Amino acid sequence: MQMRAPRVEREPAASWDFPDERGHFGPYGGVFVAETLQAALGELKDAYETARRDPAFRAELAYELEHYVGRPSPVYHAKRLSDELGGAQIYLKREDLNHTGAHKVNNTVGQALLARRMGKPRVIAETGAGQHGVATATVAARYGMECVVYMGTEDVARQAQNVYRMKLLGATVVPVSSGSRTLKDALNEAMRDWVTNVSNTFYIIGTVAGPHPYPMMVRDFNAVVGKECVTQMPALAGRQPDVVLACVGGGSNAMGIFHAYIPNAGVRLMGVEAGGLGIETGKHAATLSAGSPGVLHGNRTYLMQDENGQITETHSISAGLDYPGVGPEHAWLKDTGRAEYVSITDDEALAAFHRLCRTEGIIPALESSHAVAQAMKLAPTMAKDRILLVNLSGRGDKDMHTVAKASGLSL
Amino acid sequence: MSRIAAVFAKLSAEGRAALIPFVTAGDPAPAGTVAMLRALVGAGADVVELGVPFSDPMADGPTIQRSSERALAAGMTLAKVLDAVAEYRREDDVTPIVLMGYANPIERMGHPAFAARARAAGVDGVLVVDYPPEECEDWAAAISDAGIDPIFLLSPTSSALRIDGVSRIARGYVYYVSLKGVSGASNIDTSDVEAAIARIRAKTDVPVGVGFGIRDAGTAARIAGFADAVVVGSRLVEEIERSSPDEAPARAGAVLAGFAAAVAAAPRKAPVA
Repeated sequence: MQMRAPRVEREPAASWDFPDERGHFGPYGGVFVAETLQAALGELKDAYETARRDPAFRAELAYELEHYVGRPSPVYHAKRLSDELGGAQIYLKREDLNHTGAHKVNNTVGQALLARRMGKPRVIAETGAGQHGVATATVAARYGMECVVYMGTEDVARQAQNVYRMKLLGATVVPVSSGSRTLKDALNEAMRDWVTNVSNTFYIIGTVAGPHPYPMMVRDFNAVVGKECVTQMPALAGRQPDVVLACVGGGSNAMGIFHAYIPNAGVRLMGVEAGGLGIETGKHAATLSAGSPGVLHGNRTYLMQDENGQITETHSISAGLDYPGVGPEHAWLKDTGRAEYVSITDDEALAAFHRLCRTEGIIPALESSHAVAQAMKLAPTMAKDRILLVNLSGRGDKDMHTVAKASGLSL
Repeated sequence: MSRIAAVFAKLSAEGRAALIPFVTAGDPAPAGTVAMLRALVGAGADVVELGVPFSDPMADGPTIQRSSERALAAGMTLAKVLDAVAEYRREDDVTPIVLMGYANPIERMGHPAFAARARAAGVDGVLVVDYPPEECEDWAAAISDAGIDPIFLLSPTSSALRIDGVSRIARGYVYYVSLKGVSGASNIDTSDVEAAIARIRAKTDVPVGVGFGIRDAGTAARIAGFADAVVVGSRLVEEIERSSPDEAPARAGAVLAGFAAAVAAAPRKAPVA
């Protein structure tokens, strides 16, 4: 039996009541889009405000999350890994066990139900790693909707298996060859589709970015992750964790697990960005660690940009973190000091990937491996009665080719 | 009186709508920007909209996206756009020049620095596509104080409330986006546009220009019959794309001249604001 230190709960932080009515998180967020999209965003905001207060909508969502997604996902004590590291106890929130293999489906189920309420028969999405595309194609099939997924040609090549999954599910995958041919360009293209087909189309954004209400709505749909942890941790570990860790690309899995913990000042929140080949090389996607504020994709937030305000290309071994922006709520959590943001390199993430495979029999997504790697760094510096909770946001089946290639193998 | 107000006053007296070409500054090469301005004004431009290239032009269709990519690849920056305007101003102190682009390059330069440099260069108006009125009070104040008009968009989906809001702060002219979609799409319904212009005119005295989807002289002439200005963009940018850098100004000018003749001959149905 692990010894547990008696714990004094500190005063909760001042309430975190963000965003404001127009979608601002302090100076971040907002609605920075052309006039052509204002009406559609207004309609979406009103529909979401009504739905979230409607017991029928909430009951329908809860039913789908339980019976279709498989919630609640368990929290797992990675005891062998913790013992090997010899410090703090590492617990994993198993979002990898969800239907479709990642947290992304929490949000796509919610938005698809909203699309159905709004009478929109066609859904579109952008995707990087393909996880959000798969999660969108999945719910589109489930609810009988037409589905078009935009994906950068660079990512189409890196994630061929997910492209095929989307096609099996009946979606049309449109390769995007403009700009850097990655997630940001797929998002631009999806926005262009939406503005052109707005009367019959619902745009399911996959992360906590974009114009209001998306950062709030995507956070709310993923907040079930943290809410479950708040209940599960005392039952399993006897108390709440000392640190909650999650990888941050756009930041949806991190906002999902952070949200319920924000008012609990005794819990450190740590976002882990993609350090790529190392921050000093410039080849990374650590937006909060190395970027600066600006306006992209409908919101004000931290961005990777050059001295002329052009968005720069990012690098990460994990396509899902390869994004030059970040959700505006993370920007505000950073500036207020409520959350801290660090980065993990490609090599560190790969090492964590292999170690979790071998010590726990869990193959994590490369995205989630960044959070695992940071926990592995932190654990040995902390006493054995300390607790780290890592959001294991997805499973690594999609990354077999990437990992094999990094190991000099071809499948 | 500002250059923009002077041009609309003069055209109102002549009973003619303004013709406004849009090209991306620095496409195909930064050094050709002044020659392009000269060619467009020579071909009948009453105002010129100069696009500031951005890496992520979310509201633009493929034609203008590609022009942005060409300009950026050739090294165009916001600072060089302002330099080109300043250089052109030495030979033409009459034709209004309006910059059109996205927020981030301007924020990177900083609002006060941008306002000062744009004023010094002789810029007359700025349209920031992703700055709706409610997100940019500071911005609108900063450039208005520098004597530059903040120009805003309205669209077929704009509510009466939003038309009111834009009308209250609009200066220079209002840019009505004539279709649901991105720049360069085709097939606008000119009777729908006419009805929308009437709704906007009821709220504001600022001239109303129409753009997005005006691809031929016939459509331009019909729009010129009731709007205060006709904006032609993607059609010119396509011509530039097909030209060598040396020929681009002359070929864009030749295309614009066709639009100019049609707009000049268009019978006016409504009084100019």
